[in-house]
Amino acid sequence: MTAVAASDLAETGTGPTINESRMERSERSFARKIVIPAFAVAIIVTQIPFLATIYYSFQNWDLARPEARSFAWFHNYAAVVTNGAFLPALLNTVVIVGSSVIVSLVLGLLLAVLLDRKFPGRAVARTLLITPFLVMPAASALIWKWSLLDANVGMINWAFGLVGIPPVAWNTDFPGMTVVFVLTWQYTPFMMLILLAGLQSQSGEMLEAAQVDGAGPIRIFRTMTLPHLRTYAELAILLGTVLMVQVFDPVNIMTGGAGHSKTLSYLLYERAFIGQQVGEAAAYGVVTVIVTIAVATVALRTLFRVFTEEGGGGR
Amino acid sequence: MFGNRRSTRAPGSRPGFRRVGMRQPGRHRAALVAGVGAASLMLTVSGCAGFGNLGNQPGVTTITLASVNNPQMQDLATLLPEFEKAHPDIKVNVIMMEENDLRNATTKDVATRGGQYDVMTVGAYEVPMWGRNGWLTDLTAKAKADPSYDVNDFFKPVQQSVSYDNRIYAAPFYGESSFLMYRKDLFQKAGLTMPAHPTWQQVAQLAAKLKDPSQDRAGICLRGKPGWGEQFAPLTTVVNTFGGQWYNMSWDAQVNKPGFSNAVNFYVNTIKQSGERDPASFGFTECLNLFQQGRAAMWYDATSAAGTLETKGSPVAGKVGYVSAPVVKTKESGWLWTWNLAINSLSKHQQADWEFVKWATSKQYEELVGQRLGWARVPPGTRQSLYANPQYQQASSAFAGLTAQTLRSVDPTHPGVDPQPWTGIQFVGIPEFQDVGNQTSQQIANTFSGGESVADALDKGQRIAQIAGDTQKREAGK
Repeated sequence: MTAVAASDLAETGTGPTINESRMERSERSFARKIVIPAFAVAIIVTQIPFLATIYYSFQNWDLARPEARSFAWFHNYAAVVTNGAFLPALLNTVVIVGSSVIVSLVLGLLLAVLLDRKFPGRAVARTLLITPFLVMPAASALIWKWSLLDANVGMINWAFGLVGIPPVAWNTDFPGMTVVFVLTWQYTPFMMLILLAGLQSQSGEMLEAAQVDGAGPIRIFRTMTLPHLRTYAELAILLGTVLMVQVFDPVNIMTGGAGHSKTLSYLLYERAFIGQQVGEAAAYGVVTVIVTIAVATVALRTLFRVFTEEGGGGR
Repeated sequence: MFGNRRSTRAPGSRPGFRRVGMRQPGRHRAALVAGVGAASLMLTVSGCAGFGNLGNQPGVTTITLASVNNPQMQDLATLLPEFEKAHPDIKVNVIMMEENDLRNATTKDVATRGGQYDVMTVGAYEVPMWGRNGWLTDLTAKAKADPSYDVNDFFKPVQQSVSYDNRIYAAPFYGESSFLMYRKDLFQKAGLTMPAHPTWQQVAQLAAKLKDPSQDRAGICLRGKPGWGEQFAPLTTVVNTFGGQWYNMSWDAQVNKPGFSNAVNFYVNTIKQSGERDPASFGFTECLNLFQQGRAAMWYDATSAAGTLETKGSPVAGKVGYVSAPVVKTKESGWLWTWNLAINSLSKHQQADWEFVKWATSKQYEELVGQRLGWARVPPGTRQSLYANPQYQQASSAFAGLTAQTLRSVDPTHPGVDPQPWTGIQFVGIPEFQDVGNQTSQQIANTFSGGESVADALDKGQRIAQIAGDTQKREAGK
């Protein structure tokens, strides 16, 4: 933007009498001025809701008794700590989202490598593989609940029956895992798409050169393709985590928050709409944001090259 | 209604929405012209009336009805022209909502004294609480003043469910109880008979004999899905008849006391031994599906389920027997749920509101539905006279008699062994119960897999319940 502004200024004939530093300064202040509207909008849409949430978190606000609103000091935050629901939900979220991200990333990589090859019907295969990502979350939870995991007529138990394994009560015995199933199924295409873009940006000449130098396909994949994919995988992990942390539909439809399936977003929903405690739910939200910022800052700075090195390793 | 509680809708589906004119560029301009034409026509029409009063005529009172979107209320909406024909000076504007949305919207409106809705469908859970708070108009005098309305025709428990301190705060529109449904053919094949008034122990024994893993059939289906209106609707009735209760008269929680814990242990063990395979995901809809597909020999649930089981094309139609809710220490153990029409105490046209409420809950309305839409679609469970009507008896013979008998004999003020300080059978009439019931039901769902013991689950439930109990104690002390 500054470059554009500079050339504009040069062309409109601001003579050579103005010295370099003054021109730079006016350039910068002009640049700042044109950023202001966008910046203001960004603040309004992101920070005002957050400030409102902080305000609510200091209120006694019970939806069932809306007439009795009052200032609560740190009562809601005390409730978050003493209820004993926050840490288990945080742990559930980490386990569910973490395993879904890892499994879908691995599956996505396999599918991306397959789709990177030329074969007849590749376009059809790609469309079919993307489909789960396009299905609405509530619909995919229903598909899994009724068609796949049902204890009587579900396809998975039917397949188990063929090899003599007795039917499994998925939602009752493994509530957290059923949520992981749905998330993995839904987000594998997402991971696949990002990694496929990475694979297709790899230079064919370099791979050919490596082949001429005598490297086998496995060695090429390990020493050239995987390092090349690193920034793509980081981006996939980051975006995937952000999207999956919001998981709600499978929890609500399949398990109702039983067992280890109660994630932070479901806990928030419960406090706000079943517990009807708006203040307490807001306090959960604020604490969640603080924890997320802390974790994200450490993780982004240390683990992710895409944020530390200019341009990363993607070229 | 408790039977049809659904907390999630598939988002984004709008069947009426179609993008006309966007597909072909040629149609684009035509659509634009039509749109502009329609807009200018609207402007001309509404020019004198002003935007807020669009369509209002002088001398006509418009009342706003916030309604739950169950089938009976949808029938009411289609019959509204009949009401407006008889009352040309009243116009009814209906806003339909899904149950949870309705509960949130109406609670906010009455509690913040918004006055947005004049008439609301209010469930049996809220009517006594809202009546006590003065949020609803006291209808006692109006209802008793008109002999043709015949207020004593309502089942007494149904009338109690809409009363606080002997004052009526809503008019019952729909009522249901719970009973035990069983497959007559399977019982006959197994050489078993169902007692007319079974005990829960008998039911558990029968369930153990009737379960058949080779046929993929459960002995009984009982709701296990977490939720105060899912798992705890049937489970609280079991707790009541086992001699347990949520709170005693001084609002001390009783969740880990013997009566409650015996009942929960029995419920969980019965499901584990002869119930459905995946109880944590089984609510009303799932049990209905299981029973209708012939994969359960018995089912304890809402009386409203019978209508679906007996419709044409149902695989079990004609094969289902009905007996009253199983008991242990009490004489009767069915639940009671009603949807009622209540008037916002802030509404500015109380008389018009009452005219509408009276019409919708009258004998004439039942007659109207019977003649126009068929007797099977009359909202059941409120008026005794309906069950004496030969046409209605003919349309719903399999279960009508038992429904009426149950609705006559349940006692929402004293459903268990010990007295309780609220009105309601399968719920506690305090705002916090949704939360308490929901959290405790999640703990109980964890015990199905054996991951947690019932005693631990109920200890946690006790702590959760006592917090709400302490709030009640504070409010009672004020």
